[in-house]
Amino acid sequence: MSYKIAIASGKGGTGKTTVSVNLFKRLNERQGTKVQLVDCDVEEPNDIIFFCDAEVIDVQEVSQKVPEIDSEKCTFCRKCVEYCEFNAIVVLPTVSFAEINPTLCHSCGACSVACEDDAIIKYYKPIGAIHYYKTKENNGLAEGKLEIGSTMQTKLIRELKKKISDQNDIIIYDAPPGTSCPVVETIHDSDYLILVAEPTLFGLHDLKLMVALVREIGLEFGVVINKVGLGDNDIYEYLVNEHIELLGEIPFSKEYASLYAEGEITGEIPETIHQSYTEILDTLNLKMMHHEGNHHFKW
Amino acid sequence: MKEITILSGKGGTGKTSITAAIASVAEKTVFCDNDVDAADLHLIFQPEIQEVHPFSSGFKASINTLECTSCGICIDHCHFDAIDYNEEGDLVIDPYHCEGCRLCERTCPENAISSVKGKNNKWFVSTSRFGDFVHAEMGPGEENSGKLVSQIRKKAMEIAQNTQSEYIINDGPPGIGCATISSISGSNAVIVIIEPTLSGLNDAQRLVDLIKIFNIHTYAVINKFDINMTMTQKIEQYLISKNIALLAKIPFDVEMVKSMTVGKTIIEYNPASIISNQIHGIWNKVKEDQDVVVH
Repeated sequence: MSYKIAIASGKGGTGKTTVSVNLFKRLNERQGTKVQLVDCDVEEPNDIIFFCDAEVIDVQEVSQKVPEIDSEKCTFCRKCVEYCEFNAIVVLPTVSFAEINPTLCHSCGACSVACEDDAIIKYYKPIGAIHYYKTKENNGLAEGKLEIGSTMQTKLIRELKKKISDQNDIIIYDAPPGTSCPVVETIHDSDYLILVAEPTLFGLHDLKLMVALVREIGLEFGVVINKVGLGDNDIYEYLVNEHIELLGEIPFSKEYASLYAEGEITGEIPETIHQSYTEILDTLNLKMMHHEGNHHFKW
Repeated sequence: MKEITILSGKGGTGKTSITAAIASVAEKTVFCDNDVDAADLHLIFQPEIQEVHPFSSGFKASINTLECTSCGICIDHCHFDAIDYNEEGDLVIDPYHCEGCRLCERTCPENAISSVKGKNNKWFVSTSRFGDFVHAEMGPGEENSGKLVSQIRKKAMEIAQNTQSEYIINDGPPGIGCATISSISGSNAVIVIIEPTLSGLNDAQRLVDLIKIFNIHTYAVINKFDINMTMTQKIEQYLISKNIALLAKIPFDVEMVKSMTVGKTIIEYNPASIISNQIHGIWNKVKEDQDVVVH
């Protein structure tokens, strides 16, 4: 069984990817630990930017089964229209017209069950691809990349997660921003969730939305405050009042922001930031050991 | 009337800060926060809510274990892996995976499954110091954010028509998925806010490719351009190759962060700042272009 860590934020641009990649690289440094990074931000996957020497091992297309109506067989009974909860089907018996709108279709299969005339045909529509990479450290990075124009991001995340081997010791899920279904799909089965927040008005507001969500799902979580020094101190008061664990703080540094800009976040990093990650990792180790009960991980 | 949508692909590039700043200079405009997942614009607008509307997010199914015979027919029909046996051996539906298609309910031979509509989302019609404002609040983990975006845009359009407003400005969501597609379709122009990072450029490129499908006039703003000059140059080259007008290169300035902290736009916080001046320039250019298209 793998220990699954999800990294999420609510607000975009708080540093999910930076934290995910840094933790992944540091966990990699441990001998004999198999770590897998999974980029679940399928609309805008960026983890790969920070692995300039990674090799592509495999690419798998993911498609969605979309139904179509065979008007030769269709008797225009409208039973499929009744079954479709997404208003994706239009059947006009008077003019012998029957059509399914693929953008509204959720591929639930209800119309096929409804149809007694065998008039629903299915075709495959691509929704994106899963890219598998091997990093220099011999560990895996998998990424989902949504087909431009597709609205099936949640399905792609589900397919991506299914493909990840449970033989890994640790799996890191880098989540998309927001608080709706793609985020839930990414984080719902994680053993531990790290929320990356910003000490700003927007950052705190979106953190509160995220906390409401993870408490409803019932996940164990802690907060990393990124860009400390930018903004104000309200977030600290909030964490104390809500009894939320602060895992670590990463100071804001314009110099580091500039390194990040060109895909360099783990090499020549400022000492203060290096220290922050060491602290976060120490806390994370305790979580993992706790999770394993009295059995320590193999390192 | 012209509808202008502010987007970015990547999150945290400054969409909301810039939308709020434009709100300080744009007249006869209705504002709409399309980032329903993590709405923030209201923190600056501090709106006075006039109307509250519930928004139903679709059905969620659940199984009555007293009637269920655990036959598993529903598992075979569910396309979303939402149904499974729990530790007690009862069939249960994971509400976070259920898409609300009701196929399990229809195929259950024991009629043991029922569905209820979620009413966890709300949307608001408000007034503010910048003008009329339509915004929303999604319940945690809710779906259908695309539909909610369509709903609030429809309302913003109705208000704009009734008040003879000239513009609607949408503060968009990050990403390129359903909420973004709902925000783009039917807009007259899109302003893409790009930060000078590899991720910022990558994400903007995917967004520009998406906007191209809808064939909508596109502008760009590079925000915090001085964080990395090499990346800024790359973005400028990219914009030229795509024939996208660059409206401004906004510098990184802690004043921008400070203004947000006190709930003000940069124009309210420091009207004489370089950024404030640039915001006027951005809006004048967009207005000029969009008006030319009209006449």
